[in-house]
Amino acid sequence: MDKTINQKAWFFVIPVFILVAFNAVVPLMTVVNYAFQDTFGNNVFMWEGTRWFKQILKSERFHAALGRQFLFTGIILLIQIPLGIAIALSMPKKGIGVPICLVLMSMPLLIPWNVVGAMWNIFALPEIGFLGHSLNDLGFDYNFTQQIGDAWFTTILMDVWHWTSLVVLLSYAGLQSIQPAYYQAAEIDGASKWAIFRYIELPKMKKVLTIAILLRFMDSFMIYTEPFVLTGGGPGNATAFLSIDLVKMALGQFDLGPAAAMSLIYFFIVLLVCWVFYNLMMRNEVQK
Amino acid sequence: MSKITLKDLSHSYLEKQNSNDDWALRNINIDWKDGGAYALLGPSGCGKTTLLNIISGLLNPTKGKVFFNNEDITLKTPVERNIAQIFQFPVIYDTMTVYNNLAFPLKNRGIPPNEIDKRVKEIAEMLELTKTLYNRASGLTADGKQKISLGRGLARSDVNVIMFDEPLTVIDPHLKWVLRSKLKELHQKINRTMIYVTHDQTEALTFADQVVVMHEGEIVQTGTPVELFEKPRHTFVGYFIGSPGMNIIPCEIQNGTAEVAGIKISTSSKIKQKSNFSKTEIGIRPEFVSFSKDGIPVKIIKVSNTGRHKIIDTECKNGKIKILSHSSKEIPSGSAFLSFDKKYTYAYGDSRIIE
Amino acid sequence: MRKFKWLVPTVYILFLMLPIYWLLNMSFKTTTEIINTYSLWPQKFTFENYITIFTDSTWYTGYLNSIYYVVMNTILSVAVALPAAYAFSRYKFLGDKHLFFWLLTNRMAPPAVFALPFFQFYSSINLFDTHIAVALSHCLFNIPLAVWILEGFISAVPKELDETAYVDGYSFWRFFVRIFIPTIVAGIGITMFFCFMFSWVELLLAKTLTAVAAKPIAATMTRTASTSGYELGLLAAAGSLTIIPGAIVIYFVRNYIAKGFALGRV
Repeated sequence: MDKTINQKAWFFVIPVFILVAFNAVVPLMTVVNYAFQDTFGNNVFMWEGTRWFKQILKSERFHAALGRQFLFTGIILLIQIPLGIAIALSMPKKGIGVPICLVLMSMPLLIPWNVVGAMWNIFALPEIGFLGHSLNDLGFDYNFTQQIGDAWFTTILMDVWHWTSLVVLLSYAGLQSIQPAYYQAAEIDGASKWAIFRYIELPKMKKVLTIAILLRFMDSFMIYTEPFVLTGGGPGNATAFLSIDLVKMALGQFDLGPAAAMSLIYFFIVLLVCWVFYNLMMRNEVQK
Repeated sequence: MSKITLKDLSHSYLEKQNSNDDWALRNINIDWKDGGAYALLGPSGCGKTTLLNIISGLLNPTKGKVFFNNEDITLKTPVERNIAQIFQFPVIYDTMTVYNNLAFPLKNRGIPPNEIDKRVKEIAEMLELTKTLYNRASGLTADGKQKISLGRGLARSDVNVIMFDEPLTVIDPHLKWVLRSKLKELHQKINRTMIYVTHDQTEALTFADQVVVMHEGEIVQTGTPVELFEKPRHTFVGYFIGSPGMNIIPCEIQNGTAEVAGIKISTSSKIKQKSNFSKTEIGIRPEFVSFSKDGIPVKIIKVSNTGRHKIIDTECKNGKIKILSHSSKEIPSGSAFLSFDKKYTYAYGDSRIIE
Repeated sequence: MRKFKWLVPTVYILFLMLPIYWLLNMSFKTTTEIINTYSLWPQKFTFENYITIFTDSTWYTGYLNSIYYVVMNTILSVAVALPAAYAFSRYKFLGDKHLFFWLLTNRMAPPAVFALPFFQFYSSINLFDTHIAVALSHCLFNIPLAVWILEGFISAVPKELDETAYVDGYSFWRFFVRIFIPTIVAGIGITMFFCFMFSWVELLLAKTLTAVAAKPIAATMTRTASTSGYELGLLAAAGSLTIIPGAIVIYFVRNYIAKGFALGRV
């Protein structure tokens, strides 16, 4: 689209800028402060330079957690994005089905995350949970507290259950926003359903899908509460994703320096991936 | 190519209709011959888009029938009717090149690639799109995109009717004229039935051989631009067409003659001795009003000069009257008398012309 | 193939409802029953969990507090984000691309990082334990979300629509409110729901910035999950109840989301 150059547009943006920056700057400064120093408590700081950063980046434990995290996020995205789009495409566009679908599909999103973890914990327990009990009845040897594969399966299933609706709702709203004239023109042109999806629906949903993908990437990459309550990071370290490992280090061992450094590294990884992805998606929006 | 007939067409968007207001279209009857250029003219909300969508098949009418070449196609899909429609906003496939946009409807019909290539290049030539043929369609300007929409419609050689739904809405004013001429030129070249929906009278009157004026879901008059101008059969037509529009002045009918402010007005209408209209009016275009030694007494309110002519606002006992006169002519000031050219003066009863 | 389209959302919804049914199931059981027996419906049906919640003031004020600051935040975020999103979509200005991306970066840090600094900061400006503090702090991640989502929807509306309105002589604000906003109702609906949702479930900051007066439901619920072991029945009941406000919100905006593009004829 042709955007007009207009510096006065800044006035539209100022309230947003103030409210966000107000919240962002102060904590950021604190974190950066910690990351470059060391403390024995009592507000005594010693400049440590980049020691913490080097320590983290070389640590095997960090690499393991990072690997687990990328694997988890990769699987999540591969499942949730196509599934979400497919469900959105098959949802009714008008009639009584619409509020039913919207309300029921939004429910998993509204449950506080610790409750999500707790309910799936019970749900998946072999003796007293529906999932655990049924799977074992069907002949599977299922125990997510002791078997790594089962722990991963349950965590992923929980996340799919919890968050796919976000992709569905965004995609659905995006689909509903397409002007009818496009469908009419496609009908007149004799286009097949697949052609309509490929040439009209998917391109028009591009921005909305970008947001969905970025959100799911960020939230799954930073995931903490749900897996923590579900498995505690276990068995062993099997589901100790990056956040969980970070908090263990910060609270458990009270190593604030390395923890802060890890936070910053963490932040930069997310930033980098998002930046690359965003630019890839938007490279066609050339402004004249 | 086909002739189009609409028979007793009525449409409502509501499930049940309680009054006239619930109908978007009422009793539409049209007979259009093959290859003509037609316009549907009317203000927003008069039902012209509804009518267009019924003709193209995007909407099924509540009542009535649509015929293409005497074949009843009322329930047929747009694809089956072989029509093309150009919308208010450029509707193009953003991710495709201009070439692929034009080729798309042909590909979907299974036409062989070398024929597609020939046809696409032909259309591009006609619409002056050849230079940008391999560019991404999304990069073109608004008028370029509308041309692509048009091209997609023209690409199919078996198209019966091409329909335009206010296609110049998003075009820059100085380009509107260019595109309008292009459309007219196109029509003369390819000779296919074209239906043009608009609320802009200039567009309608310059494009069409025959204009259908619509108002509140009904057709109020059908005719050539000249007919509509010279003899409006409904006060709405008089008011809507022409700039400025026709003067409509309330009058009294006494013994078969119309009177305004006590002065008898001679009209082209044959007024019956007895008439029971709830509303009677005289219509006369500003072009046909002139100052005279006697006639209707008026007060001169304002004189505006538009360069080519002057518009004089006057007021008489029954209402306001506008006069259009050549710039060079002298205008009296203060008060004056007006006379109407009888040939173009008509009487209207309940907004309809009295013949 | 067409006929079975309804099967997809139906199967999905069944999948979603299973754990929720289980949650409801647990909410009507005592904690002992939950831990010791496996049953598809309560053996000893009890309302005691819900009664506790409705009578114990820490519980129901928790809900009210949460609703209060979440609604505040949602309205504030969407209202402020709309003009900004419009600007990002339609205009080019100094630093626009970077500012837009910077907004998103505020969602990229693990929230744990913000807890302590926020606590110190909001205390220092005397806003500790107020609803407004939580509402404002949630702006950190909700405003960027709102701007990004709205920008996506605004960009889907052709710029030509704006220009048509100008030609017809509308003043900018009249155009914005009466012509433009109806074309993006789906975006506004979905944004309102998501802002509500993310603010509603946010535990850490809400807990950190409040003590008694503005204590949200989230804080009360983490209490049950830690010290006294799991009071599962109570937690399940509380969890079930947390679904309701959000469900009401999405029901409220359902027409906006489903109606989508209202024919923006000028």
